[in-house]
Amino acid sequence: MKIMFAAFLAIAVVAVGANLILKQAGFSSQERTSGAAVRLDN
Amino acid sequence: MLRALIALILTLSFFLSTASAQSADAPDRSATGGAQTLEDIMARQSGEAVDNSFRSDATGDASRAADISNQLGTLGGNSDPELWRALRFGSADTTASNTGPAATVLIQDGGMSWLKFRSGPLATYGGALLMGMIALLAAFFMYRGRIKIDGEKTGRKITRFKAIERFGHWLLSGSFILLGLTGLISLFGRKFLIPTFGHDAFSFIAVGSKWVHNNVSWAFMLALGMIFVMWVAENIPHRSDINWLRKGGGIFSKGHPPAKKFNAGQKLIFWSVIVLGLSISVSGLSLLFPFELNMFAATFAKINATGIGGFLGFGELRETLAPHEEMQYSQLWHSIVSFVLMAIIIAHIYIGTVGMEGAYDAMGSGEVEEQWAREHHSLWVEEVLGEEVVVAKPVRAVKAPASKAAKAAKTPAAKAVKGSAAKTTKAPAAKVAKAPAVKAAKVPAAKTTKAAAAKPKKAAAAKPKKTPPVK
Repeated sequence: MKIMFAAFLAIAVVAVGANLILKQAGFSSQERTSGAAVRLDN
Repeated sequence: MLRALIALILTLSFFLSTASAQSADAPDRSATGGAQTLEDIMARQSGEAVDNSFRSDATGDASRAADISNQLGTLGGNSDPELWRALRFGSADTTASNTGPAATVLIQDGGMSWLKFRSGPLATYGGALLMGMIALLAAFFMYRGRIKIDGEKTGRKITRFKAIERFGHWLLSGSFILLGLTGLISLFGRKFLIPTFGHDAFSFIAVGSKWVHNNVSWAFMLALGMIFVMWVAENIPHRSDINWLRKGGGIFSKGHPPAKKFNAGQKLIFWSVIVLGLSISVSGLSLLFPFELNMFAATFAKINATGIGGFLGFGELRETLAPHEEMQYSQLWHSIVSFVLMAIIIAHIYIGTVGMEGAYDAMGSGEVEEQWAREHHSLWVEEVLGEEVVVAKPVRAVKAPASKAAKAAKTPAAKAVKGSAAKTTKAPAAKVAKAPAVKAAKVPAAKTTKAAAAKPKKAAAAKPKKTPPVK
């Protein structure tokens, strides 16, 4: 049971971590497809 | 005579088919001035392929442009329909302020067939596959019920999976469930959830679902690697698998075919997950990084090189694909493979939970009931428990010798039959006496006796199989 919960926690950690890392590395949609002239974040 | 007749018919049909193909010559479009005619519309509506080159080629010619002071002069000689046809068929010269490989594609003509396939056959057959698997399992459960442990439970446990193995499995399965559900929302959500929850609520669900799907995929890929490394060695096919498969795993019969740590059914699941999971991961990566990992053009080129198109009748696949086409093929492949994998995993979840008593413990706590292991993974139990092989084997053998030994045991034990203790002492004694008659003949009698005496619990383990005939 404990291992199962540990694994589910790991899923959450990996998901959030991957999201942050990829955004930092410049792989967000905004970074890849829009340009400097596009104002997405108000 | 018959052969000559068949040859004649085949030759004639060859000519007939080519004749009918040649009957359609260039259609006459003068009535509409070069635009599509009623025949074209009817053909398209009935699902026939229409050669659109009369439209894709009619994109105007700037060199015939009228002077700027003339009518239409300012359009550069092209009319609006010509401009839109150029955009539609990809021959227009566009520049865009946004970046990306496909930023200049404003209209994608081929996309309609993708959209129709995605909302039509993909959704219908995919959904039917999942519903069908659930129905099949329900029917099986009603017929066979929960597969129980046949013998008497020993109360002892064998360690089947270590903590890291269970962690890897739950990482894979937890992420798979999340990915499967969010994937189904991506495909079916608009059709079923908008009518149910309305647009605003669905928007929230859909955005969240996409976030979960895209980010949990990394956990899935990581877990897939872990599972492969940990279990590939035990999933290599083995001789015992042939027998196991021939007996259908014993699922419909009374016996338990021998199996090692993983039986043939589990090996099928393992390899399905690895191969299909890898395929889903690769197409998924292509979808995660749009327009950057284009694999279908190269794949089609390789398929064409094998010449299988001519053999199966679908001809040559196109080797240059527009950016959106690549993404569309990736999406379709990703969906089709995921439906197949979901169907397989539904069956896997069934057998590991509801379907079989004692199976869940393997992944739940990692410790399984010894009797369950003896029945379903007998060769693995032998490996794990070591020399008990000699004592255990006769028990697991065909009923006949056991009953002979039991009959021999019956006479001396006739008076003490009620006491279980008596059974324990009598049964192995009779068994030991019979041991030379069975395969264990090679082992010296002294060793067997010592083994039987030194480890009485193994004899007790042998008891479950012996009890029915003794009674």
